[in-house]
Amino acid sequence: MTVNQLAELLNANKLNIANGEKEVATGYAGDLLSFVMGRAPEDSAWFTIMTNVNILAVATLTDVAVVVVCEGATVDESIIEKAKQQEINLIKTEYDVFNAIKRYLDET
Amino acid sequence: MEKIHLEFDVDGRNFVSAGTATAKVKACLKEMGINPDDVKRVAIAMYEGEINMVIHANGGKALVDIYVDKVVVKLIDTGKGIADINLAMKPGYSTASDDIRQLGFGAGMGLPNMKKHSDECIVESEVGKGTTVTLITNLH
Ligand SMILES: Nc1ncnc2c1ncn2[C@@H]1O[C@H](COP(=O)(O)OP(=O)(O)OP(=O)(O)O)[C@@H](O)[C@H]1O
Ligand SMILES: [Mg+2]
Repeated sequence: MTVNQLAELLNANKLNIANGEKEVATGYAGDLLSFVMGRAPEDSAWFTIMTNVNILAVATLTDVAVVVVCEGATVDESIIEKAKQQEINLIKTEYDVFNAIKRYLDET
Repeated sequence: MEKIHLEFDVDGRNFVSAGTATAKVKACLKEMGINPDDVKRVAIAMYEGEINMVIHANGGKALVDIYVDKVVVKLIDTGKGIADINLAMKPGYSTASDDIRQLGFGAGMGLPNMKKHSDECIVESEVGKGTTVTLITNLH
């Protein structure tokens, strides 16, 4: 599944798409950044409810394919702007983490 | 190759710029053609150390030396120091405040991550004086 396909599946708002054709290899869920940092697999979709600026650093360092902000959490314009600069795929869905992942897994 | 030396000031309590030094080092290592797995290890360990300086100390300095066969990252702060280093190294141990936890920090996994993602992780600290973390990562 590509990032674009995942976004569609989750009726997601594409806050920033740097590479929508990137393949999503697997997934990871978490909000505690040091856990995500140490464990999120490369090219995974990272499901979180965190929206502060540090998610971008974590996304870059772990090389996840896309950050999926769940529960329709508010993402600041400044963070979207930074995601653009850093070419990070960032999407936002109204689904909660459990249901977002369920939709993803049902399709894989 | 001569060793390459990089130095960065890490701004304390600035969560927006936290991670900048690590991002620069990552870009530099990548450009040098260093194996992506090694780049990632260095970056993860250094980021955790950089964030710790922002959260727990008042910022500090990051000194990075890149050799042919290893990368040495030294994170030096003059913050409050760590009373019990063994305890601090334990997964799950954290003294982070509630407002820090709301930012997603405080899992107590930073130091364990640094250990896991480096070949040598040396923590030296004196209460009231500061902390120096040295991270050595061998290159493959
Ligand atoms: N540079 C430092 N100066 C002072 N205390 C520190 C420093 N680095 C770590 N500590 C202490 O060691 C504890 C454990 O650090 P560690 O990085 O493992 O967890 P954390 O920073 O609290 O949470 P996490 O890294 O998971 O977000 C910290 O809570 C803090 O008390
Ligand atoms: Mg930490």
